[in-house]
Amino acid sequence: MLRGTPFHERTAPLCQAQNWRRWAGYLAASSYELTHDREYYAIRSAAALIDVSPLYKYVIRGSDAVRFLNRVLTRDVAGCDMHQVMYGPWCNEAGKVIDDGTLQRLGEESFRLTSAEPNLRWLCDNAFGLRVTIEDDSDTTAALALQGPTSREILNNVSDADLDSLKYFRLAFARAGNIPVTITRTGYTGDLGYEIWADAQQAIRLWDILMDGGRSYGITPSGIYALDVARVEAGLLLIGVDYIPANRALIEARKSSPFELGLGWAVRLEKGFVGQEALLEEWQRGPAWQFKGLELDWNSLEKVYAEFGLPPELPMIAWRTSVPVYAGAAQVGYATSGCWSPTLKKYIALAHLRSAHAERGTSVEMEVTVEHRRKKAAARVVDLPFFDPERKRS
Amino acid sequence: MNDTYDAIVIGAGHNGLITAAYVAKAGLRVLVLERRELVGGTAVTEEVFPGFKFDTGAHRISRLYPPLVTDLKLADHGLELLPLDPTVFAPTLDGGHLSLWRNPENTIDAIRQLSDKDAASWNGFAALVAKATGLLETLYESSPPEALSKKRKDRWAMLRMAGRLRRLGKRDMVEVLRILPMTAVELLDEWFETDVLKGTLGAAGITGIFQGPMAAGTAYLFLHQHVGTKQGILRPALRVRGGTGRLAQALAGAARSLGVTIRTGAWVERIIVEDGRAAGVALVGGEEIVARQVISNADPKRTFLDLVDPVNLGTEFLRRVRNIKFNGVCARVNLALGELPDFSSLPGDGPHLRGLISISPSLRYLERAFDDAKYGELSREPFLEAVIPSLTDPSLAPQGKHVMSILVQYAPYHLKDGVWDESRCDALGDRVVETLAKYAPNIESAILHRQVLTPLDLELVFGLTEGNIYHGEMTLDQLIFMRPVPGWARYNAPIKDLYLCGAGTHPGGGVTGAPGYNAAREILKRVK
Ligand SMILES: Cc1cc2nc3c(=O)[nH]c(=O)nc-3n(C[C@H](O)[C@H](O)[C@H](O)COP(=O)(O)OP(=O)(O)OC[C@H]3O[C@@H](n4cnc5c(N)ncnc54)[C@H](O)[C@@H]3O)c2cc1C
Repeated sequence: MLRGTPFHERTAPLCQAQNWRRWAGYLAASSYELTHDREYYAIRSAAALIDVSPLYKYVIRGSDAVRFLNRVLTRDVAGCDMHQVMYGPWCNEAGKVIDDGTLQRLGEESFRLTSAEPNLRWLCDNAFGLRVTIEDDSDTTAALALQGPTSREILNNVSDADLDSLKYFRLAFARAGNIPVTITRTGYTGDLGYEIWADAQQAIRLWDILMDGGRSYGITPSGIYALDVARVEAGLLLIGVDYIPANRALIEARKSSPFELGLGWAVRLEKGFVGQEALLEEWQRGPAWQFKGLELDWNSLEKVYAEFGLPPELPMIAWRTSVPVYAGAAQVGYATSGCWSPTLKKYIALAHLRSAHAERGTSVEMEVTVEHRRKKAAARVVDLPFFDPERKRS
Repeated sequence: MNDTYDAIVIGAGHNGLITAAYVAKAGLRVLVLERRELVGGTAVTEEVFPGFKFDTGAHRISRLYPPLVTDLKLADHGLELLPLDPTVFAPTLDGGHLSLWRNPENTIDAIRQLSDKDAASWNGFAALVAKATGLLETLYESSPPEALSKKRKDRWAMLRMAGRLRRLGKRDMVEVLRILPMTAVELLDEWFETDVLKGTLGAAGITGIFQGPMAAGTAYLFLHQHVGTKQGILRPALRVRGGTGRLAQALAGAARSLGVTIRTGAWVERIIVEDGRAAGVALVGGEEIVARQVISNADPKRTFLDLVDPVNLGTEFLRRVRNIKFNGVCARVNLALGELPDFSSLPGDGPHLRGLISISPSLRYLERAFDDAKYGELSREPFLEAVIPSLTDPSLAPQGKHVMSILVQYAPYHLKDGVWDESRCDALGDRVVETLAKYAPNIESAILHRQVLTPLDLELVFGLTEGNIYHGEMTLDQLIFMRPVPGWARYNAPIKDLYLCGAGTHPGGGVTGAPGYNAAREILKRVK
């Protein structure tokens, strides 16, 4: 049976839509209201409170913790400062991505790693012979994302942390009310935002403290639909949608390297890690694929719909299917997520493109189904993210 | 010590010494480092009690890989092999006994005392064993083919193997393929009816593995123990004059004469890995020695899990190495005797005391012995294999006295409750003496001294993981191209310039020299 998260007692009565989905064995609200618009706008113009407890969380401790994580992650963990957070993927020996997540350096020899899929076995296999312990904290740690322009003020009000000095991808230990929490300046929205980690037993009280303290700042419980649109705007990958984890892929072609997912910046080829040799080779060859943004051309969209006497029908909820992308008659890639961006007022999509067609500004076409018929709409290749407000980092 | 070496061999077991000698013969400068104070590994002879010298490890040899003896001029270095005849003597509790001899006619006569039918089957069975072992022999002389490889070379090797198989003729080919995965019980039941005959042959199929004769693959191990022996001689055994340790000394002498340096009391703590290649070793105590190649005679778990920093090895490889089954099941009891054992079923001194003495009255007896071990206990009635080398080699014991070494099985390394502490060690010794006393009642009073080596002792003394005498179980899933792990059966390792040469590699355990010989060939191929 799917379980409620530690916040379920609060989120369940709020979920007017009864629109639940499964996320890592938990119930997660797709949207609380009947449509997700208000929840989306909370992310971009107020503060959205999103239950992200279903993430897998591992606490790694020990004198070899850095060596161990450096072996697993493609990033240079030795260079991770105290109280820094790092985002990155990890790969199998063939250099194909297994999962991606954030790594929080909690102390000299202790870290918290989050992931979308269960990774305990992989972590343990790689920890063999090293002085580390790996604790699966997924059920005992509750997590909330507080995302949006007013999130800082809310947290400043309800906690004793000095958030004005907490930089992007850093963490602070604090108390909210009297609950001990870890606050990380991270999120999955591309906006100013935080994630708050606490003992699951304190979850309900933490929720109440945030909701009370955030009322006058427009705090809004938000579901996955709103989050999904925001993360597409932010150009952030979703596992299982934008890429298939290597250990679940049935065929080689379904696996992706970090280079093919736009994560080349997170790969430190000069240090030893699982997949290094394969990735070095790929880097020398140049990756076959790139992960890029597509902006659909409005006029072209209008035209393909006009054929049927329709105005363009826009995806307000992000779609998560594979959609062919063409250059002329040839298929040169496929888009894996797309939506109407309410903030940018553009139809955008995340796409895997053959390197030859991935240059910024390249004209391509994306398949659009209109009246049960396959049509092509013109699109332009752009760099990610689509939306990158200054406040995200400020 | 600022000499530079081309190759360092970790461990002076017989395989390590052989690899060292061959590699040196090809012109490389070789250093052998042995943690103990004496060379030989599990092929050693030690004066355990004043005047009493024991083969504390291997006490008999089935066969040394023949080219070794000539290539390394081992006879010049003092090696003399003595065939045991009878090969084996097996008493039973009902007053019966069976001896197998080097001359098949004698064996057939002995069997006929127990069963005409079995006597008539003997030659046929011996012929089948000869065909099957002939096939294995060709397989053992070369490095195993990489079954997973798509390289043309490896495909050829597979084809050649198939070719050899086909050369047996269709009938025999099918027969050999049929018996390889069988149980020892099934194989022997097809041919014989006499319990003590089947028990005594079947014992060869279980030596050193955590399985009874009713387990699949024990027929294979039975055949393995007979590779290279003359048709009709089963449970064959050779002794080294002066003790098994003389073999190690001959090998060490040969190696030294080829320029090898051997250091004892040198315990390697760590293999130094630089830029993904083995660059030398660090000893306990801190000394570091560089070399271009590092060759490990330690077992694969010791080598990869203890001596190498795990961050230098791949996830999948490490998982595979961790999963190699060791499960030691053997113990060793060494007895200093004031007089010879007197077997009730064949009293007095005689040739029977000069062969292996095997307590294996039936296959059921062996399976029962395993049943106890399966649940983590010492066998109530263990399988025993004893030798009294002082009978043919009086120098091993004071005048008129004797040494008797006994391999005991099953004494599981992993006990159901507890560990091999002193009281369990004593209980093991007592159990062995009691068992033997049922067949030779004078044994208890004949004992002057007793040494007991539990599987834990074998681990501590010889550096054998979990006390496994073969550096990893010799079961079907861990042989040939799956030894030590699939994909790495060519004596090499995922770390460049690191090699294995011990019993954990193809063709496996026992004093044969074949792993060391094959390893040297592979190493030289790559070093050139
Ligand atoms: C009690 C017993 C009885 C046996 N009886 C028989 C028998 O009758 N007939 C038979 O054919 N086989 C028998 N065997 C099995 C046989 O002896 C072995 O399978 C075979 O000798 C293994 O040879 P090896 O050279 O590969 O390894 P080993 O003989 O195990 O040699 C490995 C060497 O490496 C050394 N070493 C390990 N780690 C280090 C380190 N870190 N630094 C330095 N040195 C290190 C060890 O000290 C050892 O000397 C018996 C084994 C045992 C233990």
